[in-house]
Parts: sequence; C-alpha cells; structure tokens
Amino acid sequence: MTLTKAELADLLFERVGLNKREAKDMVECFFEEVRTSLEAGDSVKLSGFGNFQLRDKPQRPGRNPKTGEEIPISARRVVTFHASQMLKIAVETAQAAKSAQTE
Amino acid sequence: MTKSELIARLAARFPQLVAKDADFAVKVILDALTDALAEGNRIEIRGFGSFALNYRPPRLGRNPKSGDKVQVPAKYVPHFKPGKELRERVDQPG
Repeated sequence: MTLTKAELADLLFERVGLNKREAKDMVECFFEEVRTSLEAGDSVKLSGFGNFQLRDKPQRPGRNPKTGEEIPISARRVVTFHASQMLKIAVETAQAAKSAQTE
Repeated sequence: MTKSELIARLAARFPQLVAKDADFAVKVILDALTDALAEGNRIEIRGFGSFALNYRPPRLGRNPKSGDKVQVPAKYVPHFKPGKELRERVDQPG
C-alpha cells in the first residue's frame, strides 16, 4: 500500500475538518512550501520527522553505461533527507515487532 | 525553515482558517508520513519525492568504548528519493 496526496487530503478532511477543496490545497501547499524553501537554498527542519538538507556536489567523471563513453557529470545541488531519531525509532520498533510476529 | 515557520506560512496562505488548523494539519500530515513508514508502506508525492524503507542486514559491530564485538541486528531505515520537479528546482532555482 502506498500513501499519496489523496490519502493525506482525506485525513485532513476527516480529522482537521477542512472541506475537500481546502484539504487538497493544504496538502499541495505543504509540499510546495518545502520545495520553495529548498529552492531558495534554505534547509527544512521538521522536528520529530526529519531534516531536508542541501548538498553541493562538485563535477565528477562519469561514463555512459551503454556506450562506455566518458562524460563528465556536472556540478549540482541535491536534496538529502535525514530522518529524525524519533522517526528511526518508530520504524525500527514497528518493523522489529512485525518480524517477531512472523517468526 | 522550521516546523513552526512552515505552520506560519501555511496559516498565511489560508486566511479563512483559524491558525490552529494549520498547526493541526501539519501534525496530521507528519504523523501520517511517520505511521506509513513505520508500517513499512511507501509514500509517493508527485513532484516532491518518495519515501521508502531500506533494509540494513545484520552485522558484527564493536562497542567503541570496550572494543567488545556485538551482533547488530538487521533493521530498516527510512530513505527519501527526491522527485523530478524538486531535483530540478533545487539545482536550477527560478
């Protein structure tokens, strides 16, 4: 099962009491605000969940895997996500409980 | 940007809502993302990215203080893969 924007909007409708339109817009704006901040070069820290950080990577040599031709991979800025301790522990304990059940 | 700044920006975008709705909405979204990953589900947000779990096999580690060998059990760690729009906007702003 995969969680998508549609399910998040349903939750905002059911639990926050936003109307369907507001719920859909709120989910869209949530991710748009994170993108806008990262686009502006500002990292995003969501306590209890994790941090989205930016990394500037220098140019490095690469290769076209099909042709074997050498081509440089240009310098670029990338987003990295670091899960908070709380999220890591939530995942570890739930997954450990699951595997203990199946054993 | 911190969580409280995100809440303030969302509240400003929805002037028809009371401020605590934006606060609660952010909590509901983050809790849903956390619960999905804890249950081992994937999260897919078009234009933003996807979250999934990566498996870390069991390994023999060492206690850095005593030097004793310890068996570190297998575990799952959250992983984020940025989507196309996010990748492009971060690399070439504007």
